[in-house]
Amino acid sequence: MSLGTGIRLADLIAAICFILALRGLTGPKTARYGNLLGAGGMALAVGITFATKGLTHFLLIVGAMLIGAVIAVPAARLVKMTAMPQMVAAFNGVGGGAAALIALATFLRAPAGSLAVYEVVEVLLGVVIGCVSFSGSCIAFAKLQEIMTGRAITYPGQQIWNGIVGVAILGLGVTLCVSSVNWLIAIVVVLALAFGVAFVLPVGGADVPVLISLLNSFTGLAVAASGFVLHSVVLVVAGTLVGASGTLLTQKMSQAMGRSLPNILFSAFGSVITATGGAEGDTTRSVRSASAEDVAILLAYANKVIVVPGYGLAVAQAQHTIRELADLLESRGVEVIYAIHPVAGRMPGHMNVLLAEANVPYEQLKEMEEANPEFQSADVALVVGANDVVNPAAKNNPDSPIYGMPILAVDEARNIVFMKRSMRPGFAGIDNELLFDPKTTLLFGDAKDSLTKVVAAVKAL
Amino acid sequence: MNGGDILSLITVFVLSAFVGFEVIAKVPSTLHTPLMSGTNAIHGVVLVGAMLVLGTAHGTAQMVLGFVAVVLATLNVVGGFVVTDRMLEMFKVRKPAKAAAEPANAVGPGAEGGPK
Repeated sequence: MSLGTGIRLADLIAAICFILALRGLTGPKTARYGNLLGAGGMALAVGITFATKGLTHFLLIVGAMLIGAVIAVPAARLVKMTAMPQMVAAFNGVGGGAAALIALATFLRAPAGSLAVYEVVEVLLGVVIGCVSFSGSCIAFAKLQEIMTGRAITYPGQQIWNGIVGVAILGLGVTLCVSSVNWLIAIVVVLALAFGVAFVLPVGGADVPVLISLLNSFTGLAVAASGFVLHSVVLVVAGTLVGASGTLLTQKMSQAMGRSLPNILFSAFGSVITATGGAEGDTTRSVRSASAEDVAILLAYANKVIVVPGYGLAVAQAQHTIRELADLLESRGVEVIYAIHPVAGRMPGHMNVLLAEANVPYEQLKEMEEANPEFQSADVALVVGANDVVNPAAKNNPDSPIYGMPILAVDEARNIVFMKRSMRPGFAGIDNELLFDPKTTLLFGDAKDSLTKVVAAVKAL
Repeated sequence: MNGGDILSLITVFVLSAFVGFEVIAKVPSTLHTPLMSGTNAIHGVVLVGAMLVLGTAHGTAQMVLGFVAVVLATLNVVGGFVVTDRMLEMFKVRKPAKAAAEPANAVGPGAEGGPK
């Protein structure tokens, strides 16, 4: 067996590993095994590449890999669970950047005019998609990390400008195909980077994670394109797998939010609506706030409590405290379940990850469809740091930007307790009618502080 | 590369796209985040391409491009798998009874918390 055949076989095995890894990741029991299998396939694909005929600069390659690993491992290990979404955005962005650089380097290597049209197209796809994914992920990271505002950013003629940039990229691409003016590729890079920024700016609030998923599939396609450029089967397979499954995942995520993908990308969510909801809000109407002791009594003498955790719980790192409270209530004979909205936290499934970190029993976590019928018989719905996912405006107010999003039926519970930091609206920037409901009690403060006080108060009863 | 090669790559592309769609057709929303993170790690395979570019580079410009590409791709692949593993580690420690049955896996943050 020649070396070339050996490499191809190894690539085939790696490709199978990737497919099985994806399959594994779709089930809770097999997910971890799937991820390890993917890592194994990756190690094989990377390891065998060292055996490629004519490969030199080994020290440089190993050095670059060491630099990457030394940055990535601590970053990935130390990042707080709440910061996961932006971490994924960052790792996705650098992947897109790498794909763009590969296509660019291959293009620069070929003598001007020596590439066939389809080869130039491959290069352009790699460069453009990779750059869009890179700069888009940077902005998404900045939004989630709150380096810049998380709200949608709009300016007049936004779509027109995006259109002009798109057409310009297309025109330059065609020129590059038919002529040999190679430096034009530099302008393509700049325009593609700008397009990525412009594409992400008008997406705001809770939609950013969906966008990251879309950018993730973009990077997959960029990798597939660079696989075409380098004639590498394993790159084409893995890149395409991610491109396809990422697109489907993006659709599933937007479905979970009850919105269509074009709507998320182009509707500039959260920019105008705040005014309409807020005008009649805070000043004229009163809310009922209570002490931790009041809340403790309400909870301790209930038969059934449904906890609705949200991002506020995650930010305050209160997942362990909420579990302590739940255990305490259960020891008093109160039935406790957790109702998890599909987009609770900032990413679909994010909240499950956080609660799992606190060892909350799996059986107590109910997904929305399962949880909603339970609210009717619940004495207390305890909403900790969630807002948009329980906002009845999604059901009642056709003007609301979240209208149509499936929500948790918290309003059907006999009592509602909101633990909130302030009256500020949620991530989507919309006021919540439920806060003014007569059966609602508010407990202001940091979620962890409030929960700790309630735990102490329940213990004292 | 001749016409046959590009066609076989296109074949691979189309078939992979179908597999990509099919293989995650059913995924609970609980696993959306780990799945996104896992697919993110898999496109880290771009490292292979980056290695090929750096390993065959001539001249400073190509070398710099290749070097940066390898660093970025390594970030993607290593960070991606580690982050995904960390997320999934937490799903692991759910059932203490089962965890006790497989002591080999009883490492990680949750292990000491499980009742014996």
